[in-house]
Amino acid sequence: MTDRVPVLKIGDILLVSIQTDLEDQMVMDLQDDLSHRIVETNAKGVVIDISALEIVDSFVGRMLATNASISRILGAETIVVGMRPAVAMTLVELGLSLKGVRTALNLERGLRLLRRLTAAPADRA
Amino acid sequence: MATEDNTQRLVDALVAGRDEFTAQWNRTVSGNLQGRLSTAELGRELGELYEAIVQALTAGGLSGRGEEFAEVRSLLIELSRNRARQGFTPSETARSVLALKDVLEPALTTDGHGAEIYLQFARLLDDLGLLTTEAYVRTREEIISAQAEQLLELSTPVVKLWDGVVGVPLVGTLDSARTQVVMEKLLQTLVDTNSTHAIIDITGVPTVDTQVAQHLLKTVVAARMMGAQCTISGIRPQIAQTIVALGIEFGDIPTNATLAEALRQALKEIAQDAEDDARGLL
Repeated sequence: MTDRVPVLKIGDILLVSIQTDLEDQMVMDLQDDLSHRIVETNAKGVVIDISALEIVDSFVGRMLATNASISRILGAETIVVGMRPAVAMTLVELGLSLKGVRTALNLERGLRLLRRLTAAPADRA
Repeated sequence: MATEDNTQRLVDALVAGRDEFTAQWNRTVSGNLQGRLSTAELGRELGELYEAIVQALTAGGLSGRGEEFAEVRSLLIELSRNRARQGFTPSETARSVLALKDVLEPALTTDGHGAEIYLQFARLLDDLGLLTTEAYVRTREEIISAQAEQLLELSTPVVKLWDGVVGVPLVGTLDSARTQVVMEKLLQTLVDTNSTHAIIDITGVPTVDTQVAQHLLKTVVAARMMGAQCTISGIRPQIAQTIVALGIEFGDIPTNATLAEALRQALKEIAQDAEDDARGLL
């Protein structure tokens, strides 16, 4: 049985903090858990913290984009926060640009951005 | 046997005419260099060289690559290195040696036998001339590779322009090695200074082709994934024309003509965000 990534609820925001390097099965489970939790909790925003993530492959990169799209369909805005420089460079080299995924430098800025977005829904892209 | 006789006669001639030959050699070479090297220094260099050649010939042998000429070779390599550093051309350097031929020609070619000796000596000098060119080129290459290394270190500063705004003034051509260095530095600085805006200024980039544009785009995309807004500024009119003519798409990346304009834009956005935050908290 593989570990699952915890999805924490804070107000109307879901916080996903990835603390270990991800295996493919964990990625699939996370996608499943997250979509269920958004529907259950009627969350308005999702923050995915990847500041502890040191190694990414194209699968994880695509997961981030897919999760953002799924959340948007379910009415929640996704923000990926805390990406490391090395990770960003790897993703660029892999040809992934994470178009349509909002990003922030750290968790604090991410939460602020999310609050701004939910306060002014007209700005939503 | 004949060769040894020849060498002996050559040495005799060189020793007998030492002062006259070196003076004339000096004159020819300094005429060539047009006073860019002091006469005293040149005289010392050529004098040492002359002595070394005479000694090597006395020790026997007319082969420039032989053991007897080790001293001559090291003197020549030293001479070439100095010339290369002082910015003389390769032919000027080689001519310093080859000029000795002109000096000796009238003195040696008085009869058939002398002409034969002169030819042998000329061959030796040609060999030594080649050696100077080789040493010259090697020194130049060392200088070039050292400079390339320095350039890579010096040319990629990332500066903090304002609270939350960092700038990268790019100077020179962008290749993949430099892009890597720039990207690494920029992303690390974003994290270190907790900045939300980055401005890449390409005023100092002489040309933008598809390759350079590709590198710029990569850097911008990487900065965006870290959660920073990235602007490209300093696009000169000529560059703008080239970019459009080549059909390069910058997509939704904001671009500005000047760094000042880009900075103003960034500060405006930061002020707007702060205002929104204040309103959101109420």
